[in-house]
Formats: sequence, structure tokens, C-alpha cells
Amino acid sequence: MIAISFDGVVKRFPGAARNAVDRVSLEIEEGELITVLGASGSGKTTLLKMVNRLFEPNEGTICLFGENIMDKDPVKLRRGIGYVIQQIGLFPHMTVRENIATIPRILKWDRARIGVRVDELLSLVNLDPDEFRERYPAQLSGGQQQRVGLARALAADPAVMLMDEPFGAIDAINRSNLQDELLAIHGKHKRTYLFVTHDVAEAFKLGNRVLVMDGGRVKQFDTPQRIVDDPADDFVRELLASSGGRHGQSARVGN
Amino acid sequence: MWAYFEKYHYKLTEALSEHLAIVGLTLVISVALASALTLAIMRSPGLSAIVIRLFGSIYAIPSLALFAILIPFTGIGMKTAVLVLVLYNQFLLIRNFIAGLDSVDPQIVEAAAGMGMPPLRILFRIKLPLAFPVILAGIHLAVISTIGIATIAAAIGAGGIGTILFDGMRTRNPVKLVWGTILAGGLAIIANLALIGIEKLAARRFHYDGNAPGKP
Repeated sequence: MIAISFDGVVKRFPGAARNAVDRVSLEIEEGELITVLGASGSGKTTLLKMVNRLFEPNEGTICLFGENIMDKDPVKLRRGIGYVIQQIGLFPHMTVRENIATIPRILKWDRARIGVRVDELLSLVNLDPDEFRERYPAQLSGGQQQRVGLARALAADPAVMLMDEPFGAIDAINRSNLQDELLAIHGKHKRTYLFVTHDVAEAFKLGNRVLVMDGGRVKQFDTPQRIVDDPADDFVRELLASSGGRHGQSARVGN
Repeated sequence: MWAYFEKYHYKLTEALSEHLAIVGLTLVISVALASALTLAIMRSPGLSAIVIRLFGSIYAIPSLALFAILIPFTGIGMKTAVLVLVLYNQFLLIRNFIAGLDSVDPQIVEAAAGMGMPPLRILFRIKLPLAFPVILAGIHLAVISTIGIATIAAAIGAGGIGTILFDGMRTRNPVKLVWGTILAGGLAIIANLALIGIEKLAARRFHYDGNAPGKP
């Protein structure tokens, strides 16, 4: 089943010299973990934010599981999509529990079910529920905050997860741990992930396919192995060279 | 001093209660009006700037002049006084309400919208609680300003502590002047202390500083 499809999608911001996203057409299968790799200004975040309609395309159509997203109420559409961003994004005046319970509460789950779900999610992201449930975001480290952000996005078990450089501000060791945990979570539940990053090593480690973007266009969209073996053009070749000697990691994704 | 108090304390308490009535009524109307106006203009930064500038120029008119200019339209007494005080407060309140809402990290608002929170819920559950310290600071300013300017409202027969001060000036009675000053100043100081306390409580309640009990 096709989870996400872009067909001739164009996004222009008023006053911009060129299209932020320029005629992007591609399909993502259910259960894939796609990393979107590009420099700032490549259009990767814009592409992501069109999926949950924080931005709306000027041309083209985006479908989720065959349904045009423009036919749906944006607020309801977003409840079926998990969303994690780099800069905290946690509500600072709410505890970890209240943050994670945000969408379940809107969906009017009963108290007991929410409590069970919060603990389950905290365990899933390797935070001890008893220790962290009642803490405020300011009482957490950057890595812990990002884990709570991930748990909050997973709360209502969305079919699609959008992640916008979620580990960008995390130190290298924690970052590597978070990447491993994300792969484990993805492996367990097989939801469809769209993960934006500017880090080549991260994109190749996480993605079962990597979407390389530059100047609003798709440069190459393929498995890490095939991108390494057969870069589409000089841009992709230079990108690989710039990350230097990371190719070994792609072996993991070749399965 | 004490002789005056013993003889005329009913005058002092009457002036004080009139003053409190003017201040209380003014604040309730001011906050309600400023909230409604803020809701109406908050989506447009341009419109917000115009409205704030408009009330800013009203705020710049000296109070005695504004009281005088309104007498032909609304007459003398408490009604005119409250009208003027409400107009003044709009500048202090709307400016802080808008600044408070603008001070909320756009990333947090985007995270809320992106996860499917309806706009009204974002306003009441996210933006207002996070803007609350700045909103409260605006109300704080308005309370202190209203207590002060309300003394001048006695000039147009609105009553209040100003009556004692104006009486004292007219009859050159220093005892009345001192009592008027003690009441007006004391009221402002007590209100100020109370508001500082409320601000501290609110900060602790919402954990803006992260110093919640049980922090490791």
C-alpha cells in the first residue's frame, strides 16, 4: 500500500526567487523509514510540512493512503500524523505526562487508558515512567526532552510520523543512542516515517531509502546502497565525499 | 491627626470605599474590553500596531484635560471617571496582552498545531498560560495607574480619595492632605505588594523557571 504520494508538488513562498519545492513526484510505501537529506534551503522541511498541511502546495497533490489531504480537515488530518521537531516543542508549562497525553485527551480517551499509554510510551523511549512522569520539560536534558517529544508524537499510534531534524541539537553519543532507539521503535511497529536531516551519516544509517534534495528538487531517491554504488549526479557524489568513509554503514540497510 | 481620624473616620472610609469601587469597576471593564479587542486584532500585526498606537495617543492626553473634554458628553461623576480610566488602561493592557502572546515561542505553537490541536485549544491551553506572566504584568501596571489617576477624578465629582486631597488643598488643611496621601499611597503600595505576590505564585504554578519542587 502506498502511504504517502507526491504528484507534481510545487511550493512557492511569496517574494521568493525560486520554488521552495519544485515539481516533486514520488511514492512512499507503508512501513518505510524515509530520510530526507539536504542542506538548509533545499526544501526538505517545506516538503515535510506540506504532508500535515502546515504549508499548502501551490500545485500538485499529496495523498495519504490514497486520499488527497486537501479533502480533509487539517486539524483531523494532523491527529493521524505524528510530528516531532528539533527545538524542544514540548509545552514547558505541562508535565511529561500532560505533554504525552495531549492528543489522547483531545480524543477523549478515559483516564485509565491515558495513564497506561503514557507509561507504555515512556518505557518505549527508555525513560523510567516513575522517575519522569511528573517532571517538567525544564527538568530534563536535551536527549530526554527529545525522547518525550517522540513519545508524545507516538501517543495516538499515528500511521505516519514526520520528524524534522529531531536529533539536530543532541550531542553525538546521545544522538547515536536515539537513532538506535528510533530504528528499534520503527522495527517494532512498522509505521511510515519521514525523517528530515542534513547529516549524511544519519540519513544513511536510518533510512531504508534516502531522498536527496537540492534547490527544491529531488536529486536521487533510492536505497543507501544504490546511492553509494551509483550516485545520480555530481551533487550526490560530492555529498557522499563530504561525509567521507561512511559507506560501510549502508550495509545495514541493504536487507 | 488622630483627632481628625477619630472625628471624621467615616469620611475617610467613605472616600476609600468610593475609590475602591471606581478602581474595581474600571478594572473589570478594562480587562474585559482589552481581552475582546486583543482577540479581535491579535491575528494581524499591522492592525495590532495601529490599535496600540491609537490608545497610546489617548494615554498621552493629560487626565484632567480628558476628564474636562468628556463632561459635555457624559456629564460629571463616576461614569465619566470610569470611562476615562478604562480608555487609559486599554493602552497598558492591550500592549502587554499582544506582547505576551507574541512572546510565546512559535516553535511551541507550531508543534501544537502540527499535532492536531484545534486553534481555540492552542489559544487557551498553550498561548494564554505561557503569555500569562506578561499579561499579569500589564494588569499590574493598570491597577497601579488606575489607583493614581482615580484621585484626579474627584475634580469632576466622582468621589474617592481625591475628594479629601482636593478638600485639603482648597481649605489649606494639611491634616486632610496628609490623610489623603496616606490613603492613596498606602492603597497603591498594598496593591503593588499583593500583585507581586500573585505574580510569584503564578510563576511557581506554571514552572516557567523550571524550579519545580522535586527538581533533582
